[in-house]
Amino acid sequence: MRDYVLRRIAVLPPTLFFASLLVFFSIRLIPGDVIDLMLAQNDVASSADRESLRAALGLDRPIWEQYFVWAGKALTGDLGSSLWQNAPVSSLLLQRLPVTLELGFLALVVSVTVGIAIGVFSAVRQDTAADYVLRSFSLLMLSIPGFWLGTLVMVFPSVWWRWSPELEFSPFFADPLGNLGHILPPAILLGLALSAVTMRMTRTMMLEVMRQDYIRTARAKGLKEGAVIFGHALRNSLIPVVTVIGLQAPLMFGGAVILEQIFALPGMGSLLLEAVFQRDYPIVSGVFLVVGLSVLVINLIVDLAYGYLDPRVRRS
Amino acid sequence: MTSLLDVQDLSVVFRTERGALTAVNSVSFDLAAGETLAIVGESGSGKSVTALSLLGLLGEAGRIAGGSIRFDGEDITRPGAGRLREIRGNQIAMIFQEPMSSLNPVLTIGEQVAEPLRLHKGLGRAEAMAAAGDLLERVAIPDARARLADYPHHFSGGMRQRVMIAMALACQPKLIIADEPTTALDVTVQAQILELLKSLTRDLNSAMILITHDLGVVARYADRVAVMYAGRIIESAPARDLFAAPRHPYTIGLMGSTPRLASGPKARLATIPGQPPDLAALPSGCAFAPRCPHARELCLSAPPPVETDAGGRRLACYGHG
Repeated sequence: MRDYVLRRIAVLPPTLFFASLLVFFSIRLIPGDVIDLMLAQNDVASSADRESLRAALGLDRPIWEQYFVWAGKALTGDLGSSLWQNAPVSSLLLQRLPVTLELGFLALVVSVTVGIAIGVFSAVRQDTAADYVLRSFSLLMLSIPGFWLGTLVMVFPSVWWRWSPELEFSPFFADPLGNLGHILPPAILLGLALSAVTMRMTRTMMLEVMRQDYIRTARAKGLKEGAVIFGHALRNSLIPVVTVIGLQAPLMFGGAVILEQIFALPGMGSLLLEAVFQRDYPIVSGVFLVVGLSVLVINLIVDLAYGYLDPRVRRS
Repeated sequence: MTSLLDVQDLSVVFRTERGALTAVNSVSFDLAAGETLAIVGESGSGKSVTALSLLGLLGEAGRIAGGSIRFDGEDITRPGAGRLREIRGNQIAMIFQEPMSSLNPVLTIGEQVAEPLRLHKGLGRAEAMAAAGDLLERVAIPDARARLADYPHHFSGGMRQRVMIAMALACQPKLIIADEPTTALDVTVQAQILELLKSLTRDLNSAMILITHDLGVVARYADRVAVMYAGRIIESAPARDLFAAPRHPYTIGLMGSTPRLASGPKARLATIPGQPPDLAALPSGCAFAPRCPHARELCLSAPPPVETDAGGRRLACYGHG
């Protein structure tokens, strides 16, 4: 098991290196230059002014050099400074990260709980009315775009009941209830959308596992159906489900960017969106790097969970 | 002698896409404590279904359509689900054909062997685990205690079947049903497993239903034999009598088609012509009649009744000669 963990961790640095290349160059491929944007209001700016601003921001150097300077500093934890605000990227990220992590974590809890619960129930009650209703509901949540549903949740309760989700953000430890009131609606929307795939995978795997010989063995021992399902079938079914949950991590960040915008959450999503509009390269690269790292860490956790769930994986 | 298990006119029907299919048709047999009954027949003859129906493990498609099962004086034909669970694994235990897939791959051997003890005997985790160690020792798994924490994939097929036997014997059941316990194993391991099963059931004075298509196994290990064909028991008798003088043409054919060293290398292996019947479209008479060399007009009209002779042999045949 220790070798397995070490092998998994050893894959991280090269992956992160390639991710950083993508992160750094892709934002610079977007048409529109930060210098143009900065000087858009300034009609009298000469090309000499442009060049001096470019040099001041360090953008006149060859792009490879810029990458290595940035990557070298990133290794020490310095992600550079925002081009627009006089603030280090890392402190901006640290401000915003907890909000996104909370949103993501709550969405994950919702998605895993709902997905696995409905998946197991649907499999055990295969082809009953409840199975169809729950499967349709989960497919519906997958099909409806989050931004649309999010807008509805913002607008309709206020029209109908004069209630709307909190818009003033308060950190969890300052005002837990206000914080949850603000974050839970988008977390539930995001979680339900993500739960559909988990649910389908759980259901399919449960149906498959319940047909196995060892389930018949468990029944022949005299176990109650609940013990057969939760003690013998569920863990076998979860092995691929956990993989799916890991693969959904990028989708979760994607959804968070949009929902943070709709629900006015000061997370990394809104930071990223502003930065992309302003071509604030260091912030965009910084956010991508953190997201990339998080996705890698989530998948590492998934791989470890895989080893925990399936003893056959632990073999080296 | 009161019997431990008394099955009367048991019928099992499966729902299929082609309609209802009678997999077991008016089967009757009984079993005394400590006795070994072999149920012999080819694939699809209903021998496994008969075994599964005793434990109510037919699944959703199958159901007991008629007859009765009495176990230890109690009618368990259609017991409540709770009563059935008390019996399963405790008084009647089952060993399956496929040791490779019959153990849960994500649970340790110890957990799986200890499970019936915790469930039926109320042992705590540590006690049950210690007892599981003893059981693995009894089924001759080397270094038994150290292997409690291993997983099924660490074991070979023969070793896994030993684990299945340990699990089945855990609660000292009065009846063990072994459904082709050695079919999936290497020939060299088969004899070891059967010897083990036989000696352990003798020690516990457990009765055994041994389901097999291997007549060699039957001759060596069974007290009595029931031969099944197309869902019916067509002949049953004490093993010695059956081998000495098989009466039903199918039994005779079955014995003739067993290879023997004594018959020499040039001898052709005898076969029974034709195919077993389609259970969804059984002939109106004796199911074996289309393949029977002695079939008469009478055989095609109605299934022959089961008749018992003085020696305890039961035969469903109009007779020939």
